[in-house]
Amino acid sequence: MSTDTATKTTQPSVGDYLRRNIREYGLLVALVVIMIFFQVITNGVLFRPVNITNLVLQNSFIVIMALGMLLIIVAGHIDLSVGSIVAFIGAISAIMLVKWGLPAIVVVPLCILVGAIMGAAQGYWVAYQKIPSFIVTLAGMLVFRGMTYVVLGGRPVGPFPKDFQILSTGFVPDFLSLTDPATSLIKNYFALLVVILLVGYAIYAGLRERRMNTLHETENEPFAFFAVQMAVISAVAIFLGFQLSTYRGLPNVLVVMGLLIALYTFVTTRTTIGRRIYAMGGNEKAAKLSGINTERLTFYTFVNMGALAALAGMIIAARLNSATPKAGVGFELDVIAACFIGGASASGGVGKITGAVIGAFIMGVMNNGMSIMGIGIDYQQLIKGLVLLAAVFFDVYNKNKG
Amino acid sequence: MSKTLLEMRGITKTFPGVKALDNVNLKVREGEIHALVGENGAGKSTLMKVLSGVYPAGSYEGEIHFDGEVRRFSTISDSEHLGIIIIHQELALVPLLSIAENIFLGNEVATNGVIDWKLAFRRTQELLDKVGLKEPPGTLITDIGVGKQQLVEIAKALSKKVRLLILDEPTASLNEKDSDALLKLLMEFRTQGMTSIIISHKLNEIKKVADQITILRDGGTVETLDCHHEDISEDRIIKGMVGREMEDRYPAREPDIGETLLEVKNWNVFHQHHRDRQFLHDISFNVRAGEVVGIAGLMGAGRTETAMSLFGRSWGHKITGDVSMRGKPVDVSTIPKAIEAGLAYVTEDRKQLGLVLIDNIMHNTTLANLGGVSKATVIDNRQEAKVASGYRQKLRIRSHSIYQEAVNLSGGNQQKVVLSKWLFTNPEVLILDEPTRGIDVGAKFEIYTIINQLAAEGKGILMISSEMPELLGTCDRIYVMNEGRIVAELSKAEASQESIMRAIMRSGEKH
Repeated sequence: MSTDTATKTTQPSVGDYLRRNIREYGLLVALVVIMIFFQVITNGVLFRPVNITNLVLQNSFIVIMALGMLLIIVAGHIDLSVGSIVAFIGAISAIMLVKWGLPAIVVVPLCILVGAIMGAAQGYWVAYQKIPSFIVTLAGMLVFRGMTYVVLGGRPVGPFPKDFQILSTGFVPDFLSLTDPATSLIKNYFALLVVILLVGYAIYAGLRERRMNTLHETENEPFAFFAVQMAVISAVAIFLGFQLSTYRGLPNVLVVMGLLIALYTFVTTRTTIGRRIYAMGGNEKAAKLSGINTERLTFYTFVNMGALAALAGMIIAARLNSATPKAGVGFELDVIAACFIGGASASGGVGKITGAVIGAFIMGVMNNGMSIMGIGIDYQQLIKGLVLLAAVFFDVYNKNKG
Repeated sequence: MSKTLLEMRGITKTFPGVKALDNVNLKVREGEIHALVGENGAGKSTLMKVLSGVYPAGSYEGEIHFDGEVRRFSTISDSEHLGIIIIHQELALVPLLSIAENIFLGNEVATNGVIDWKLAFRRTQELLDKVGLKEPPGTLITDIGVGKQQLVEIAKALSKKVRLLILDEPTASLNEKDSDALLKLLMEFRTQGMTSIIISHKLNEIKKVADQITILRDGGTVETLDCHHEDISEDRIIKGMVGREMEDRYPAREPDIGETLLEVKNWNVFHQHHRDRQFLHDISFNVRAGEVVGIAGLMGAGRTETAMSLFGRSWGHKITGDVSMRGKPVDVSTIPKAIEAGLAYVTEDRKQLGLVLIDNIMHNTTLANLGGVSKATVIDNRQEAKVASGYRQKLRIRSHSIYQEAVNLSGGNQQKVVLSKWLFTNPEVLILDEPTRGIDVGAKFEIYTIINQLAAEGKGILMISSEMPELLGTCDRIYVMNEGRIVAELSKAEASQESIMRAIMRSGEKH
């Protein structure tokens, strides 16, 4: 009902705000609850510095691919081929590095380019020939996997040179070295400092945004929410940063992932490209009639996905220190699940980068926690499947109630 | 006087924060056609949802008496069981199933789950005879027009032993001929003793068929008029709906017409799907600054196709012809180029083609001109909010804020959002395709006022409409289209319903 005749913008009440944004807060709460649950049940193993590092290394590629997948899903499509792109890129990077002896500095951009071309090859059929993405990428999944076997001749290739492995197993060195790492608790002051600075900046930027919103009479979230959210995120971030600093500091992968998350959040929330993707997913015909080149936009979301999958493929290959034909099997499902747990809608137009990232970490923490507990892969799959269903049910339930 | 079939007493239904129905009373006599009118948001649909059990007993206050007994429906099948059948505005037929399959969908003629097709087809044939639809029962729904689909819906209702037939805007998407046929059918059913409730915005139709008219306004019953006691004029009904006299349904305007803006010459277009069939033939027309130009014609005359083919070739194939703006040739071969050239096209179907319904007012407003609120592709949030707020106030879009989702707005307000979107592209000529379809009287007046304002600002308006009074009331000049051709150009003085129809009929004879 829209019989409200007021034309002045009103600030939402706390209840209204919570109802409208329950999904986002719910997701954050779910992640924190799951973390605490596993921390307790594993007797503190989950948050040990070495395990946190592992968590990051194990999930970084899922998160990186989820960034691209979210755009694809928001645009109203799906990409099933990313697991196979991962394997193929791993394979050709191994051949170029190990067999041909090319330097990593050449191979990395080259592989990303190849990934982008693989994405383009699929995007063409989806965008310009209007073949459903499910079918095109299912074909891509088979073709690229087949190509991987052909290229590798069915045998793993490795190990990789050191400078390539840094991509995935390296750490940002401690530029500060305030104390002797052999004796002191904190072994990497730089990591701690970076985390504290980031938290400080986040609080400053959040407050500034609120002040500007008030000044221009645009909508603000209620202060209580802002404060609690900031407090929780800051506490978790500083705690994790501290734990990392007592081990080897910030993994390189974490830095790459962090930068990409920031970039994609910015693109989706603040740029015209992001806005157009959401509009296209929400109503393609209306977007097209508003002058948006929907074909080109669709094409580029697939190119982008291919490039990100290529980056993920190299990170995985470097981490395993060998390229195998079976790399990345089933990864597409984890990536897609992360997006849906994170609140993306299967019909397009809805979804957030932060949601997909948190979704990926919910999956990651559960994987890791259950492994520590010694739960077999069989039950892990079962539980993950139920969590996915529950998350999506929660969405649908909320939507119907609202 | 015949007995009362349905009585709804003191119905009150509240949604969180909104009282949608407030002590509504409705009394329907057996064997009559009862019209339910009111502006959008007056509560007509909500009332019918209460009646049919979409909102189960207990979720509202008040009583429903049907056939002399108090009824408490908890599901739609409860009300259908008693013969209360609703035909919704958006038809609920499965396009790729046959007429017979649709009629007996969920109610199959079957023993132990095995369908007796012979019997089903025979019964379908009987029902189709009753509604006067001459199509074989095996025809797919997708192969027949909307008018015939409407008849299939009615046949489906008849198959369920209907006692009270409720039609929600049955003629909204029908042309005049099909509408007439449908209304005749209803009157025929009345002579056989069937009771129906018809919800409609088309007052002339209501006047034609209704025995009683109940008017709702802002969730309350205003009055029930008996058409047999007194002669009810359309103005009388409108007065009840809007709560005041509407002396003029079209706001007055002093046209101030300037130079020619849009000029289209020899526009030829082939059909989008049947690629060797020419659909538009040598269309030539112009729109001048400050002028409101109408395009009249029957359904299928090619009006929407003309607009869409012009607007970035969104329709059709093998398009040829010249387009110029202020005397200079312009390229309108893609939508961005058409927008750049100064064209804007407000589509006929705002939900499917005009709005991103799940998005908010602000995002919809800026969608066609994101460049206007961004620098180097980065959107300036505050600038965007300012733009959206500006249009919200200027066009008086009724909403909580610019952050309200478009899906939750009434038809008139949705249309204003679409208008905002196109105004923000700062067009020279706006093509408005059925701008007031499905909008209530009050909102229509507001849309006309906006159109007048735009014309006064020196913009050219090209208005496509199937409602002739609307064209006559707002346009300075009217082109008449028929079968893909412009068959007449009438000045305001020449234009009348008769002259338009005459032009259409005469051109039909020629071909």
